[in-house]
Amino acid sequence: MSRYLLPLGIFVVIAAFLAIGLGLDPREVPSPLINKPAPAFSLPQLHQPAQKFSREDMKGKVWLLNVWASWCVACREEHPVLVELAKSGVVPIVGLNYKDERLDGLRWLGQFGDPYQLSVYDREGLIGIDYGVYGVPETFLIDKAGIIRYKRIGVVTPEILRDKILPLVRELNGNA
Amino acid sequence: MRSLLAALALVAACVLGANAAEVARTESALDKRVTELSQSLRCLVCQNQSIADSQAPLAIDLKNQVREKMEKGMSNDQIVNYMVERYGDFVLYRPPVNAATLVLWFGPAALLVLGLIMLFRHLARRRRDEPNAPLSETEHERARALLGTTDKDSA
Repeated sequence: MSRYLLPLGIFVVIAAFLAIGLGLDPREVPSPLINKPAPAFSLPQLHQPAQKFSREDMKGKVWLLNVWASWCVACREEHPVLVELAKSGVVPIVGLNYKDERLDGLRWLGQFGDPYQLSVYDREGLIGIDYGVYGVPETFLIDKAGIIRYKRIGVVTPEILRDKILPLVRELNGNA
Repeated sequence: MRSLLAALALVAACVLGANAAEVARTESALDKRVTELSQSLRCLVCQNQSIADSQAPLAIDLKNQVREKMEKGMSNDQIVNYMVERYGDFVLYRPPVNAATLVLWFGPAALLVLGLIMLFRHLARRRRDEPNAPLSETEHERARALLGTTDKDSA
């Protein structure tokens, strides 16, 4: 009997590993930036290139940094969710316009609505690299002390907003 | 005459080809360093390629970062740290040994050892289970019947 149990056991273990592997999204690489200070940046704003915006300007606030681009198809999918969120006024959203043409970005916001308190313009994508961005859209939740608490790689769905982001926003706002 | 021309053309082609090779060889030591380090860094957009192989925009940006940092005099280790700080251990094709990667690093060797242990135990058991005990009377009978011999023949 035991001679059959061992191969069966090995099979079950391998099957379990494969089942877990199937459920994982290989595109979701755990970010080393969680619970680390958000990388500093100072970038020109998308609408007013003469004005700069930096991480410090959001100090004392819980806020979202959303990386977007006019060439990014998935951004269109999540955009209505962000527009709705902005209307509710629960949490300010700052846009990071990533490797885009300024005019394209502005036209895109004109077409789909602008949920952002403001957008900063990262033409070369260097701040994107500092934030470990590799697939737009990406969204960071940053707390009052400027620490990154959550990162979403890919589209922010209504479910993720409801189950992950909003509870965290409430928690971060309540505790400090 | 025609064969002479053909031979000349061949020689010319060889010389030109050699020149092209010469150009390729003059790629600087910096280029070589960039390529070498890039080959050890994973492209996060197309995850089964190194940033040296990938033409994804992010891979090109990262290659440029590698080159810039090398021009600034940073060591390979410093550049690798820079990448890991941003993208995590996942950017490394050769992940560091830590709690999360123990199975990855030593799992295959452990499985091999386990397999060898099982094989030797199996062999040892088989040897033990096959003693050279004399056949019982009924077994003798069966053997004789199978061989088609009688007691008289064997006696």
